[in-house]
Amino acid sequence: MSEIKFSEDHEWIVVDGDIGTVGITEFAQEQLGDVVFVEVPEEGKDLELGDEAAVVESVKAASEVLAICDGEVIEGNEALADEPSLVNSAPMGEGWFYKVKITDPSQLEELMDADAYKTFIEGQG
Amino acid sequence: MSEDLKKTPLYDLHVELGAKMVPFAGYSMPVQYPAGIMTEHKHTRAGAAIFDVSHMGIVRLMGENAIPALESLLPADLANLAENSIRYSFFTNETGGILDDLMITKVPGGLSLVINAACKDADIAHIKSKIGDQVEVEVEYDNALIALQGPKSVDVLARFDVRCADMKFMTFMSLDIEGVACQVSRSGYTGEDGYEISIPGDKAEAIVRRLLEEPEVEVSGLGARDSLRMEAGLCLYGNDIDTTTTPIEAGLIWAIQKRRRAEGGFPGDDVILKQIADGAPRRLVGILPEGRAPLRAGVEIANAEGEVIGKVTSGGFGPSVGGPIAIAYVASDYKAPDTALNALVRGKEMPCRVVKMPFEQKSYFRG
Repeated sequence: MSEIKFSEDHEWIVVDGDIGTVGITEFAQEQLGDVVFVEVPEEGKDLELGDEAAVVESVKAASEVLAICDGEVIEGNEALADEPSLVNSAPMGEGWFYKVKITDPSQLEELMDADAYKTFIEGQG
Repeated sequence: MSEDLKKTPLYDLHVELGAKMVPFAGYSMPVQYPAGIMTEHKHTRAGAAIFDVSHMGIVRLMGENAIPALESLLPADLANLAENSIRYSFFTNETGGILDDLMITKVPGGLSLVINAACKDADIAHIKSKIGDQVEVEVEYDNALIALQGPKSVDVLARFDVRCADMKFMTFMSLDIEGVACQVSRSGYTGEDGYEISIPGDKAEAIVRRLLEEPEVEVSGLGARDSLRMEAGLCLYGNDIDTTTTPIEAGLIWAIQKRRRAEGGFPGDDVILKQIADGAPRRLVGILPEGRAPLRAGVEIANAEGEVIGKVTSGGFGPSVGGPIAIAYVASDYKAPDTALNALVRGKEMPCRVVKMPFEQKSYFRG
């Protein structure tokens, strides 16, 4: 049984066992506009919560995607190198950024569930 | 958003059209509409797009001394500028730096200037303090200024006043649009054919709404304006040129006409004329990254040995180019097209090379 959690930095993580898949939210991609470049972390990279995990650049500007939790990257989404616009078209699907082996599941407890995140972004409108 | 941001006469229309409004040079301006920067940019290159540039300043210098007076502040030859013709120029300072760039139109009885929003107050103070006793300075406060840009602009505008079709690039005339006398120049900053239209503020919204009814016309924001001007290799004041850069370094020698090169007589002429004779230590060039990562303003450029020899001043994604583009100052030894360099991005060396600008070819109407 997988569950989805959201951060205040507009990232999502779907957790399945000790593996998390991370991306940015629909709200984030709307704010960014047309995504033209994504740099995802390489397999084997150790991330600590708050580290720069990935870079996403739109026509407007570059933004950092910060690590949502501690863990080891097991896969970066290679498809984004050729087709960065997947982040716009399917931010919570094919536009995922990386998969991570979670080392400290307690960090996920700080994150929001779908309802809490919905309330959070309404406050950001 | 700050309460004291100024609004242009088109503010309500922008909001109604769903624009994302951002603070820019003291104004609340549309950075993009729901279509997005990429679509707005491409539409400008294929059809016709309306940009609100009302935040820019219009200043008229009237009186018989207007030409020699303004020539004392900048290096353009205005004495040989034909009536209703337009010239690009820049106010220089004593060290040869640039205080602002501007468009100058020769109008009956004087000169009309279009200056940058962020420099507006400083420019007006500069003009008044230096030549205020020689000319009458009139500042336009109430008009809207829009740019209609793109290859279909002429077809669109000709439906309102056919005379626009015969206007040559960088000329000016008063046209009748929906019964309103508008001050129109065939000019712009997108690298496309088009017009800049000054409209009385209280008539502006109705005219823009009417223009938007034409099938070729869409609105476009500041975001697309920036990517369009970058592709066209046009300098943005505050990014590519400022008080620390000379016109020669910025590759703007073409805007210093022969008579002024011979005679001087503008602030910083000693520095600028010496650079014309001996060359400048650095030059503004186009940079094409080999990879997909955009190079943003501030990114350093290194030679093959890893020595930093330049810096990006404007950069991002060129929607028509279909990849990243940048404008950078490099030491003059590296200015030749095809010179291989490395951009330093997030601690990595990204291969790139010097290219000729514009990145996208222009299509101006020269008659």
